[in-house]
Amino acid sequence: MKRREALEAIYPMLDDCAVVTIMGAVAAELQSIGHRQNFFYLQHAMGLASSMGLGIALSRPELKVVVLDGDGSLLMNLGGLTTLARYRPRNLVHVVFDNESLLSVGGFPTATSTGSDLAAIAAAAGVPRTTTVHSREEFFAAFGLAKEMDDLSTVVAKVEAVGPSGYVTDLSLLENRYQFARYLRSVPTETAPRA
Amino acid sequence: MPVSTASSKLIYECLKDVGVRIVSALPETWLVHLIRMSEEDPEMTLVRLAKEEEGVGISAGAHLAGVKSAMLMQNHGFLASVNGIVSCAQLYRIPLLMLISHRGEFGERDPWQTEGGGVTEHVLDALRIPHATLESPDHVGRRIQKAQTLAYSASRPVALLLCRDLMWEET
Repeated sequence: MKRREALEAIYPMLDDCAVVTIMGAVAAELQSIGHRQNFFYLQHAMGLASSMGLGIALSRPELKVVVLDGDGSLLMNLGGLTTLARYRPRNLVHVVFDNESLLSVGGFPTATSTGSDLAAIAAAAGVPRTTTVHSREEFFAAFGLAKEMDDLSTVVAKVEAVGPSGYVTDLSLLENRYQFARYLRSVPTETAPRA
Repeated sequence: MPVSTASSKLIYECLKDVGVRIVSALPETWLVHLIRMSEEDPEMTLVRLAKEEEGVGISAGAHLAGVKSAMLMQNHGFLASVNGIVSCAQLYRIPLLMLISHRGEFGERDPWQTEGGGVTEHVLDALRIPHATLESPDHVGRRIQKAQTLAYSASRPVALLLCRDLMWEET
């Protein structure tokens, strides 16, 4: 499966979620499918997308948070999986697009290409629901289930190591940041936020 | 353990006063009371980290979602967080309140703390992070409040260095 096809498959399910993506191909492809105010692209700080998702999920427990992570990024913050599992935000869906390479910086193979299993690592860290999927249909079903489930899930989607021709888009980083913050603060809360 | 309970309580109450509701932390000796107070307070969410840099992401997410937070860490944890501070908090203009225990200064008996102590302020300066020390109880209230005010007006990280004279009661 191509990551772009996987993103297109779940795109309609993202409209009521706070979405945090990693940098590079994931960010560029999601923007090219159609940017929305509820999408935030962490264009650097590799590894911290899942930590940002945790911060949002703890702050807004009534809001569904989707993190679109990658194998290279997650491998830089494996300890973060133990923190995610420890606080087990039931409103967070952690998707990992695993193309077994650092595609955005030249395609060097990551450790998932030599057998490291991110879903197994997540499960061993304590994430209650984990799965690995290989096709668009499987991914659509697994993401839909994870989103409906009132629990933390990690869905590892094995994808081809292909991406867009470029990564810079016309959405500036700070424009995206302020727009996303406005979105988060405008979504009505059933229970008062902890602020 | 001669970590000052009174100073820890004062710092904790000031964090509450400036609206902090999420504390991320990685334990270190001087922070034990602050972490315990965060854990026991039903109004506070404590996030125990595996590595300090995660706390930058958590605070960034919390800020965008409208919740005030603080990071509690040792200076070596700050050193381990530099990329997150630069390419998340600074790049995206996040008002990050960092309370850093300043190990390795005058009076330090643990040899392994001394290198980090010598570089902490230089690294803060190199990153252009405004910082101040908390050395006596008189500093705590005003400096925490002023640090928080600048973090929000500048939309940038700020740091307060928790010093030995405040945190440690020599025996």
